[in-house]
Amino acid sequence: MMISPVEERRPAVRAALRSIQWVTLGLLVALGIGPLYMTVKGAVSPSADLIAKPLALLPADPRPENFATAWADLGVGGYLLNTLQVVGGAWAVQLFVAVTAGFALSVLRPRFGRYVYGAILATMFVPYTVSMVSLFMTVIDLGLVDTYWSIWLPAGASAFNVLLAKRFFDALPAELFAAARIDGATTWQLLTKIVLPMSRPIVAVISLLAVMHSWKDFIWPLVAITDPEKQPISVALANLAEQAPQDELIAAMAMALAPPVLVFLVFQKYIVAGLGFTGVKG
Amino acid sequence: MIRKNTLTALVFLVPALIVFGAFSWWPIVRGLLISFQSTNLVDPAEWVGPANFTALFTDPLLGVSIRNTLLFVGLALLIGFPAPLVLATVMATVRRAAGLYRFLVYLPVVIPPVVAILLWKWFYDPGHGLFNELFGLVGLGPFPWLDSPGSAMLSLVLQSTWAGMGGAVLIYLAAIVGIPSELYEAAQMDGASIRARIWHITLPQLRPVIGLLLLMQLITTMQVFTEPYVFTGGGPENATLTVLLLIFRYAFQDGAYGQAAALSLLLAIVLGILSAVYLRATRSWSAS
Repeated sequence: MMISPVEERRPAVRAALRSIQWVTLGLLVALGIGPLYMTVKGAVSPSADLIAKPLALLPADPRPENFATAWADLGVGGYLLNTLQVVGGAWAVQLFVAVTAGFALSVLRPRFGRYVYGAILATMFVPYTVSMVSLFMTVIDLGLVDTYWSIWLPAGASAFNVLLAKRFFDALPAELFAAARIDGATTWQLLTKIVLPMSRPIVAVISLLAVMHSWKDFIWPLVAITDPEKQPISVALANLAEQAPQDELIAAMAMALAPPVLVFLVFQKYIVAGLGFTGVKG
Repeated sequence: MIRKNTLTALVFLVPALIVFGAFSWWPIVRGLLISFQSTNLVDPAEWVGPANFTALFTDPLLGVSIRNTLLFVGLALLIGFPAPLVLATVMATVRRAAGLYRFLVYLPVVIPPVVAILLWKWFYDPGHGLFNELFGLVGLGPFPWLDSPGSAMLSLVLQSTWAGMGGAVLIYLAAIVGIPSELYEAAQMDGASIRARIWHITLPQLRPVIGLLLLMQLITTMQVFTEPYVFTGGGPENATLTVLLLIFRYAFQDGAYGQAAALSLLLAIVLGILSAVYLRATRSWSAS
């Protein structure tokens, strides 16, 4: 502990500490809750109020129907559904690739494995943004433009996921694999009956990273999905920002940030712990 | 027997080989090739030698975009780097309601970037935006925020610091909690004040984490795109035109794919060096 319990009982230290902590808490509330509150307030305020009384804490004449208008006029529901598909597919592909590759490299250990692993890890030196142009051409060649496969498949090529899976499988007791083999388990059964049931923590961490990453990604969906009907909500909002009326746009933003904020509210313990797991020590 | 095992392993590696092959390895190699080619996506590509690089280096916007990117990286370091460290140090002293602090500090991170940026754009409104109204209460401003070439980049950095701080705070916090308390106790017996302990124990103990987060931040901020794209579109007067935004414009607005690939290659070299340093540092730190 930076400050010992004995010291903490000294009045001067205590007063200073408490005031710093309270100021910090106030700051965090302002920075964390403030913008969310202003969004919800803005969403139910008429446009005129947004200009006349931006500081009012409560809307003078609340209009919850703004949500319905934005939902209908801006097509928020459709875009949210698109985002859900993008995130769901990207999650499934990432998990599948990481688990199969990690299993092959860690448990089956073919002789060429280390070259494959090396080639996978090498991609960590090249963020996808710098090969975006050629990635776009490849996606065109394969006829994947405007399909969600153009997001799902490249998302699967995450070296960090493979690294996490392989390292976790490396730490599992090898005797279990040998025993299962002797009992006549097939390789597939070895994966699904022995390895996966023991790997819930790493499956959760990879899932968390996959979902967060694809929910937040912007530049690649912007490039790969040109059909406005198919765009995820983030890309759609960036386009709508120029044309939609202010109050409807804010209502749409409130609806776009509600799902991740709610998920975070419910799973915050696991999310914070999962981040600790993948932190720099990973 | 060995043959069969190898074959099975290969089967399990097929998904990875397909996605890495088609969407990572090949695009990396192809990016290298394209930077020496001219292509319009329809006709077959032609070799043009260093023409793309010549075109790139004669574009006055190249220098502008590099300067802007470095300005963003620099400001983000100056503002965004100490903030999480200070916050984490304060949060480490909190006993009750520590979870509440952690929740609040991470909340901005879960807001989708485009939504967060559009929100801040609304707050930055020079007319009746939240920020100018708030500053107006204490007699300051109005500030032009995004509308002036002088303050636009700073406005971008402030938002991006707010949006990204939570992750760094949690990592620092975990590291601070992990510092052995004997170190503090010994220092205290030698009469070290609280401030001296933070300065001579906490900070030195955090040095590896600080180094890693510094590199991670450099790598991320060098690729800044969403903020300038959504906030300002690169304006006003190209004051927020960053390297990645310029690559995007070359490729997807001008159709100058070769030139875009050439600039990507330059960015890749810089990022590759930083990543190599980062991975080296991670390894030496995990080993210690």
